[in-house]
Order: sequence, then structure tokens, then C-alpha cells
Amino acid sequence: MRWLWVDRFTEFVSGSHASGIKNVSLDEEVVDEYCPGYPMLPLTLIIEGLAQLGGILVAEHFGFEKRVVLAKVGKAIYHRPARPGDQLKYFVRIEATQHDGATVSCTSHCDGTLQAEIEIMFAFLEEGRFTSGPLFNPGDLGAMLRLMSMFHVAVDADGNPLRHYTNI
Amino acid sequence: MALSQDEIFEKVQVALVDALGVDDDEVTREATLVGDLGAESIDFLDIVFKLEKSFGITIPREELSPEDILTNSQYVQDGVVTSDGMSELKRRMPWANLTEFEKNPRVQDFGNLLTAGDLCNYVESKVGE
Repeated sequence: MRWLWVDRFTEFVSGSHASGIKNVSLDEEVVDEYCPGYPMLPLTLIIEGLAQLGGILVAEHFGFEKRVVLAKVGKAIYHRPARPGDQLKYFVRIEATQHDGATVSCTSHCDGTLQAEIEIMFAFLEEGRFTSGPLFNPGDLGAMLRLMSMFHVAVDADGNPLRHYTNI
Repeated sequence: MALSQDEIFEKVQVALVDALGVDDDEVTREATLVGDLGAESIDFLDIVFKLEKSFGITIPREELSPEDILTNSQYVQDGVVTSDGMSELKRRMPWANLTEFEKNPRVQDFGNLLTAGDLCNYVESKVGE
């Protein structure tokens, strides 16, 4: 199963915030099978999309050297369902970073109205915890970020294009 | 203006309620974070983030989690903290009540040592800096 829950990055400012869009399509099996008769994108996958956006933001802040995993969802408020045809606009901001984790606050908007508010905490896996070595095969993370058009919009804190990473 | 002990407790209580999903009245000063409040290892990171934000302080990892002492053969023998190790723990964590732990200082019991009151004492030492 494919596991890309953001269609495209629309903004990425290193160490600060990122935006992206997710189009909800009836073509996605999960959309019509989650709640038969009432097609919708499950909130859990909206959280996953925001976690992908935020996890990449955090990972880049640490030079893609940390093994960033979703550790905790501190808050999740769901204002309205995401139906086929909706375009969700995701926004994620880094709230705090630590030696072994980070927190982000996230929103999802649809048609100009707030659709969901989520707070996520990421942890950085220590070497040997669950698995050793990188979480991605060589080149896979870079390919995923290119699919999501991240490097088209990503800038560093000074507004310059991101440096080229050779470790992703 | 310095925070009173009651104000510190109230903010610590909010942090623990949010992080651990427990009720207000479960968070007493005597409640242990692991045994009484059900904190798991990942929750400690969450608690650190919440305390940092709530009090505007920075919490270095080693201050709340002296793993380097508990895994150092200089301070631990046969799973028990030596007298040198206890001295080091007291030096590192003057805000923690180590009286009970010191009676039988097994490393495996250290994880269930900290109480909400200890956290309050720790925060008080940080906001006073």
C-alpha cells in the first residue's frame, strides 16, 4: 500500500513551518471503505499526513540525521469531515525541539474553514531502539520528497534554497 | 514575581493531566509518575516539553534522567547503586527525595522514584535560577 498522505508541499521554511495540500479522492480505497455509505478521509490519515509534513520539517531541521518517528498525538480536534472532492490545506509549525524529540502544532483547512487541529510529538529513535540504521533505504526519502515537490518550495531560514542533502 | 509553591504545583498538575490523561485529583504531590500516574518512557519527553513551555525554562536531558550515572560501573555494582553513586545522584538531583530509594537502591526501582512533588521541587529550582 502506498503511504504518501500529502500530495504536495506548498511552503517549507527550514526550522519553522511548512504547508502542503491533500486532495481527497474517491479513488482512494480507504475513503469509501472507512465508513461505508459516507465516504470520507479518516481523521487518522489526516493526522498521518500532518505527521509526514511535520516529521520532514523536523528531520530537515536536524540535517536528516535523526530517526524521527511519531510518538504521541497530544490533541486532535476534528471540526468537519473531509469528503471526496475536498482539498485540505495543511500547515505545520515547529513549537519546540529537544535532544531527543520535537513538538509541532498543525491545522487543516478546507474551503477557508478550519477542518482539524492537531498537536504532535515526535521522538528520535536511539540507535538500536526497535531497529538499527536508517529508517529509509538509500535514496528512498529523497525520492519521496521529490514526489511531494518539497525542493521546489523549500528554503532555509534566510530564504535561500535548501542545501543539497546527500544522506537522503 | 516569583511563583508560589501552589502556583508551581497547579502548573505541574496541568502538565501531568495533559501528558498522561489522568484526572486532576490523581495528581497529588506524593503520586509517583510511573506507578501511580502510569507514565511510560515516551511520556517523560512529553512532560519535559510541557514544563518547558509552561514555565519558560530549559530542561537538559541529564537533569531529569541520570542514565549516565545508572549505567556507569563506577556507580553501580550488581544492579545496586553504590554509596559513590548515591552521592552523585544527590548532587545531580538535590530536588528529589531519595530517602526511600537509598534504603535499597536497586537500579530497576529508580524508574518509579519520581513524584509530582519532586517535579515541583525541580521546577522551583529552575525558575529561581
